[in-house]
Amino acid sequence: MGQVVIASRLSDGRVVFLRASADAVRPVEWVLELDAAEVAAGDERAAELLALGEADAETHQSVIDVYRIDVEEVDGCLRPTRFRERIRCCGPTVRPDLGKQAVRGGHADVSL
Amino acid sequence: MYRYDEYDHALVKDRVAQFRRQVARRLSGELSEEQFRPLRLMNGLYLQLHAYMLRVAIPYGTLDSRQMRKLAYIARRYDKGYGHFTTRQNIQYNWPRLEETPDILAELAEVEMHAIQTSGNCIRNTTSDPFAGAAADEIEDPRVWCEIVRQWSTLHPEFSFLPRKFKIAITGSEHDRAAVKIHDIGLLMKRDASGGVGFEVIVGGGLGRTPFIGRTIRDFLPKEDLLSYLEAILRTYNLLGRRDNKYKARIKVTLHETGAEEFARLVEAEWEAIRDSALKLPKEEVDRIAAHFEPPAFRALDSESPTTDARAARDPGFASWVRHNTVAHKAPGYAIVNISLKPVGLPPGDATAEQMDVVADLADEASFGEIRVTHGQNLVLPHVERERLSEVYDRLLAAELGTANVGLLSDIICCPGLDYCTLANARSIPIATEISKRFADQRRLDEVGDLQIKVSGCINACGHHHVGHIGILGVDRKGVEHYQIQLGGSATEDAALGKILGRGFSADEVVDVVEKLVSIYLDLREGDERFIDTWRRVGQGPFKEGVYDAA
Ligand code: SF4
Repeated sequence: MGQVVIASRLSDGRVVFLRASADAVRPVEWVLELDAAEVAAGDERAAELLALGEADAETHQSVIDVYRIDVEEVDGCLRPTRFRERIRCCGPTVRPDLGKQAVRGGHADVSL
Repeated sequence: MYRYDEYDHALVKDRVAQFRRQVARRLSGELSEEQFRPLRLMNGLYLQLHAYMLRVAIPYGTLDSRQMRKLAYIARRYDKGYGHFTTRQNIQYNWPRLEETPDILAELAEVEMHAIQTSGNCIRNTTSDPFAGAAADEIEDPRVWCEIVRQWSTLHPEFSFLPRKFKIAITGSEHDRAAVKIHDIGLLMKRDASGGVGFEVIVGGGLGRTPFIGRTIRDFLPKEDLLSYLEAILRTYNLLGRRDNKYKARIKVTLHETGAEEFARLVEAEWEAIRDSALKLPKEEVDRIAAHFEPPAFRALDSESPTTDARAARDPGFASWVRHNTVAHKAPGYAIVNISLKPVGLPPGDATAEQMDVVADLADEASFGEIRVTHGQNLVLPHVERERLSEVYDRLLAAELGTANVGLLSDIICCPGLDYCTLANARSIPIATEISKRFADQRRLDEVGDLQIKVSGCINACGHHHVGHIGILGVDRKGVEHYQIQLGGSATEDAALGKILGRGFSADEVVDVVEKLVSIYLDLREGDERFIDTWRRVGQGPFKEGVYDAA
């Protein structure tokens, strides 16, 4: 369906996603919820978002390890297509009480 | 146990202060991630899938109740209420914040702990026999030598930037409970013909993508010569070891490429030059360190334990626990108690802060304040009076720490895998928990007996799958988790690498395959053979046929 830019927050290592904003000074926000991220429909926009994210990481030094992931929409929610990223976006499958899933729910899709 | 002297205290405190400044400079943007990353790794802080991970060293797996309480406190105050004990006898926290890491390290320093040399291409925490100082078959307490190695290797300038990380393991008896043959250097304590104590020196063991069982390069090294000999090995490796290719940089590859005989010759030549240097430890220095490991004041006890025997006679659960989780102690009337961190259906090696506190309390009340961590990811109360086993068991049970499976099929060694680890290809914990659920029945576990299953989530083999009786390796097959199975590995004195069974399996199939392997074993078993004995006798054939022909 599209791509999202993902990173780790420097201060606590939590997984964050990029949302472009209209702010002229810092046109990037890093959000904790995947569903709040901007989804780039095409490759061009995805490359733009990645460049924005990398530039922001460089300037503001608040996130590290910026890269893109593929996502799809399932039941009205975003979900990474790669299994590894799905775990990053949810939390450890063996501890449903921890990580983003504790708030958002999920992991029905990665049970063993 | 060893207590820090003023140098140790100063070193660890300085390191905390230094890291605090480094973190502040990173957070202010003064340091880039590229500059900071090696600094945080030098202090045990990794970045994993969901958060940072802090690896704290537990020197040779020995800790006291005060330290365990501190680990519990850190889990509660700075993390999410639990910690993970690893195959390197360390503890890992999965959710620390970078901002708070200097505070965590300061807390650790208060109880003489740190995270130095838990990462990077240096000499890592020396591991040892978890029953050190307690085992009935022990020649001498190996921790004296572990501590000597720790002091020698801490911030050793010549060995701070080795070609690759370097792991040393030392046991105090000829029965190997520290997996010494899969370490860069393994030291197996033994006596020579005249009764002198020393070590068999084994070099070049290691798992990962190119697994090797270590080779003996010296049958007997008098213990006084340990440091000069280690220095000679490290020096030889530091010069020969490959720095051009990360995958060929471990000493196991150096040894393989140079040849064990030639490598041994080079070491001996280097050793000749330095054996009588300052590294030859004066007896007073060894005695000074050994004094820290004086046995506690054991009571003179009867070797009979009527209370324990009576309960074992009427309570099969307790009888199983005594049988599997307790081990003979060198002092009459005492037992070594293994605390399983492998409850049915939960991640192997994890302990909650509350459980850590219970273990600390029990250590104070019944084990002279001492605790050990095993490379099998369990805990140990090393010195418990046999007559108090019933009481200790009840307390452990109440804290969900009473699983009677040590050494059995569900006592699985398992790495964090894709649930936490950035390097993983597949999950490993759910494989372990599903197996433990399938074999939850105690009678069935007892019937199957000694069987070591080890699971890794990638070829780095932190879960030691190569040396499991049944080893399971997670791989990524076109984006789907897939598992390879190997049989016949062993991590003790008869160390061996397992052989791959055949094509791999999907996650859903793995538990059925394990069950099938177990039933094949039970059919073929003669007398009281363990799984590994039967496999060695009949070979891979019947297992392979049984698993694949049925499919
Ligand atoms: S074996 Fe691989 S997946 Fe498991 S902890 Fe080690 S690096 Fe991570």
